Parts: sequence; structure tokens; C-alpha cells
Amino acid sequence: MRSNINVEIALTHIFTRKRQTLVAALGVTMGIAMYIFSNSLMKGFGKYSRTEIFKVTPHLRIYKDDEISKPLIEAKSPRQVVIIHNPKITTLSRTIINPYALLAEVKKQDYISSAAPQVNVDVFYQNGKTQLKGVANGVNMVEADAMFNIQGTMVAGSLNALSNSLSSVVVGSRIANKLNLGLDDNLTIVSSAGVVKVMKIVGIFSTKNKATDESKVYLHIAAAQQLVKAGPTYITDIYANIKNPDEALAYSQLLQPITSYKVEDWKTTYADILAGDLIRQIMSTSVSMAILLVAAFGIYNILNMTISQKLDDIAILKATGFAGRDIIRIFVLEALIMGIIGTALGLILGAICIQILSGVYVGGPADYFPIYFDPGVFITSTVFGLLITIGAGYLPARRAARIDPVAIFRK
Amino acid sequence: MKNQTVILRTQSIGKYFYDPIRFKVLDDVSFEAYAGEFLTLVGKSGCGKSTLLYCLSTMDTAYEGELFIEGQKVTGKKTDELAAIRSRAIGFVFQFHYLLPEFSCLKNVMIPALKLGKYSHREVEERAYQKLDMLGLKDQALKPASKLSGGQQQRVSIARALINDPKIILCDEPTGNLDSKNAQNVFDIFKQLCSEMGQTIIAVTHDNDFAKNSDRTIELADGKILNTKTYLLD
Repeated sequence: MRSNINVEIALTHIFTRKRQTLVAALGVTMGIAMYIFSNSLMKGFGKYSRTEIFKVTPHLRIYKDDEISKPLIEAKSPRQVVIIHNPKITTLSRTIINPYALLAEVKKQDYISSAAPQVNVDVFYQNGKTQLKGVANGVNMVEADAMFNIQGTMVAGSLNALSNSLSSVVVGSRIANKLNLGLDDNLTIVSSAGVVKVMKIVGIFSTKNKATDESKVYLHIAAAQQLVKAGPTYITDIYANIKNPDEALAYSQLLQPITSYKVEDWKTTYADILAGDLIRQIMSTSVSMAILLVAAFGIYNILNMTISQKLDDIAILKATGFAGRDIIRIFVLEALIMGIIGTALGLILGAICIQILSGVYVGGPADYFPIYFDPGVFITSTVFGLLITIGAGYLPARRAARIDPVAIFRK
Repeated sequence: MKNQTVILRTQSIGKYFYDPIRFKVLDDVSFEAYAGEFLTLVGKSGCGKSTLLYCLSTMDTAYEGELFIEGQKVTGKKTDELAAIRSRAIGFVFQFHYLLPEFSCLKNVMIPALKLGKYSHREVEERAYQKLDMLGLKDQALKPASKLSGGQQQRVSIARALINDPKIILCDEPTGNLDSKNAQNVFDIFKQLCSEMGQTIIAVTHDNDFAKNSDRTIELADGKILNTKTYLLD
């Protein structure tokens, strides 16, 4: 019964000022809708750019990093002078020594969801006089497809022939265009080791990423080894995926002690893109926060005005036994009701915005506007909306609670 | 006096105003009020009678000396405890009615009782009707408080003061805004409350007739008790 009367008074105040309540609530609505919209957009962009990244990049990559020659006698202290003539990169071979033992070891880690060997070879593609530079990826097609979903990017032919043919190749769409080649045509590949192979195009893929489509071909891992005149233990990279790509850095550090080769996570590789994402995220969050803050000021103002008009009412409530905390509850509840109405409308408005925009065709590699429903955004915006309105209600409510009734009655 | 139980007692109450200059508005005020007594505080404007009333009300706590209500010392209690005491033991009637304009008369009367939480919602409603009936306002119960005449509003505010059956009813110029007919009406109600319900009324008034017809009058001058008159009635 005791709390009910506070609720009843708050509700009566709200109902007798529907217009003001609605105006204050609409401020919150705009803030929440903007927050949802911009954050969903950021999430959409993030998801889109990740999909693009993971089409060609694994979460973790193990490879032999370049080494620079070291002096025979190492410096014992930083001040000691060590003489070394003409330091050079001393990488003699790109291969990982005993790669299959390492691969087995990597696969044994329970956080690794998949791992596959790769042979990457720098090559030229030729057709007549035309020459293109690129990288030939020697892969086990089944494993590579599982990791990068190559099947999903295929525009012609199929991947199946690659599994058991050393003379088949799947090429990027721009290579095919530039060299004027189609399915079942022959492509000449010249490797840096001087090996020339003529291979049959059995498939064409298009990732819609220009750099990838005009440089990358997939071929059988043994064919790639032939390109560098090496045997079946020549493996340049081990690609590994983990369950949650966001934790790539932590897992790369966990994986590093297993091997002397370099373990690199995708976030390090794409630090520039991710930094851009982060800056966009910060910008959009601060803009929507600013709008929410303005909405909070709206609520603050309206409550302040209500309280100024209701000094007499507050005084008589205090005289008849309402404690300060009852007064605070009444007015915070009013703010909260405005906040709940505003937030609910904001959630609906945000959802409508997402629904409309996700159907807008923008063309290019993205096709449709990269925006999508993320329940997390809706939850955080609800929490923010309610917290901010409670805050905006609390300040004037506390002022109301401190009103001295005697001063009102004596005026 | 039928009953000599002390319901309210002050012990050398003193109070200063600091604005614009330090000024002693109450000085060594000590008196007792008894159960069922109709006590009036009179004096010239600025003599401190309203100030004294607000000290008694427990709303003003910045005073010297001590205040006892129902034998319990209330001086020095926390504001929330004081609010609980007001809720239970004190009713207020002011010169202005201070009804909440958004609520019906009935609701205005019910609010202090709902706050006290002693009775269920239905019982409170029943009691509120009873009080309004006693003040001749039963047919106005569901009207908004702002739609009533001044005299009716004042009677609603009296019903509100009575809803929790407080031992003490404090009034600040309760008839100040009323015409003589309504004032007489209010006075009769007060008289009835004292004699029939045993409630103590302490009223600040400028109205000499009102004071003369009460049980006892305390006259204040310059913050001190000048004299106390007891009228022998009946």
C-alpha cells in the first residue's frame, strides 16, 4: 500500500501532462533510435568487412618470418660495440621445417577449430604477351573451402577437379578478364624459381575484392610445390581458425610457445582497417550519446518545471508524512515512465529504420546496405535510455525532496 | 478540563531568524497542551506565533529547547522519523487548503492514510467517505478538488487532516480565508472534535471571537508568552 500511493501520484502527474510527457519521451525516442541505427550500421559494417577479410585471411597464420644476420659474438651490454659487416636478411628458404608435426600439434590445441597447410608462391600469369603478377595458393581444396568458403564465391566451374588434378587451377575473375581466358582455357604460370607450368582453368571465383581477384589462384598443394621445385614437406604457411575470432590475439600468444615460427593473428595483419572501424564506432557512439544526453536534459527540464509548479503539493505531502525518499521516488518514477515510453518508441523506430535500410540496394561489392538486427544493440540502448532518464529524474527529484515545507506554508 | 493528560509539551523553545539580521523570534516558550483541549495562539503580526506552530509541527527543526509529543522527545530525531510521526500523530489545517488539484476530493483525503499504510485501500476509502460525510461533503467526494468553493475546499482539507485520527491538529489561521458563516462552521467542527473525539487542537488565529470561544488562549508578544487565558465554558 505504501509504495502504491507514490506510484499513483506519479501516474496522475504523468496523465495530467500527457503533452509534456510525450515531448520529453520523444526526445528519448530520437536518441535511442539514433543510437540503435548508428550502432547497427557500425555492426553491419564490421560484420561486412570481417566477412571480406575472412574470405582470404585465416584467424591465425604461422609462417617463417625474415631473419636478419646476427653477429657471432653478441653484445653483453647495450654499451658494448659489436662489429658486423653488412647485415642481411638471411632467409634461405620460406619453408617450415617438419611442417606436418607442427600442424598435428596445432590441431591438437582445443581452441583451434581448423588448421590447414598452404604453399604460397609468387608467380606471373601469362597468356601470349600479357603478364600479371600474383600469388599462387597451393591448398588442400576441401580444407581451404571449409576455412574460406571459396565455394560461395565461385562464379563459374567447380572446385572438385582441384582435389585430384595437379594441372588444374581456379583463378580470380579479374585474372580471367585481363588475360581474356575462360573455363577450360590454359593459363601459363611462371614461378620465381623459374618453373613454367601450363594449367587448365576449371573454375573462376570472385570475392569482389579487386586486389584478391586480380592476383590469386588456387591450385593443388603438390602443384605449388612443383612450382618451387620442392618436395611434399615444403609448406610456407599453416593457417588456423579459432572459435571466436575476436580473441585471436590472445590465442596467437598461446600458440606462439609451441613453435619457433611467427604466429600472427588477423587483427595484427589488418590493424589499419580495424583502427578505422574503431574510430567510426567511437564517433557514432558519441553522436548518439550526445543526442541521448540532450533527451535527458529535456526530461530534466520538464521535471524541474513540474516541481517548480508543484511546490505547494510537495510541501503538503511532506507535511502529511511523506519522507524525502518518497518524494524522490515519485519524481524519479515520473522520469522513468517518460524514459520507458521514449525507449520503447525508440526501439520500434530503430527497428523500422533497420528494416527499411537493410532493403536498400547500394551496389558495389556490398550489394545491400550492410545493416542488421543485433539484439545486443537493442539491449544496451534500453539500458542506456533507462539509466540516463533515471539520472535526469534523480537530480530534480532530490531538489524536490529538499524543499522546506515551512518556507512554502509561510509565504 | 475533562482530561489532564499532557499530549504536547515544549521546554524553553527559542529560535533565531538570521535574515536580514540575527533576531530572536522565540524566547523561552514553555507550555503544555492537554488531550481534548482546544488551544489558540494569538498575538500581533510578527510575534512568533506561526513560527512556534511550525516548531510544534516538527517540520521546523532549527530551534533551541525541547519538544515532546505524547511524552516522547521529538527534538533531534531524523527527518524521516519526523515524517512518520507527522503521518501518525499530527494533522494540519492551513489558511490555504493545499489540495492537490489533479485529484478528487476523496483521493486528497485518502492520500495521508494511504501513506500511513495502517488500513487497506478499501478501509481508507470508507473512512474518507465517513470524514467527508461528517463535514457535509459526501456528495462532492468525486469532484476534482479545484472545482469546489473556498469553504468546501477548506472543509476537505480538514477531512484530510482528520483521516489518520491524529492526536494533535495544528491550524494556521484556519478561518483566515473564510466568510463568517463558513468560519463558524469550521469552528463548530473543531469544537466537536475536541469534545467528542478527544483530539487536541492548537490553532494560530487573528480572529478574536474564534480565540475567545476556545478552551484556552496563549498570547505571545515579542517571542515570549505574555499571558494565558482559560475560558470557562459550559
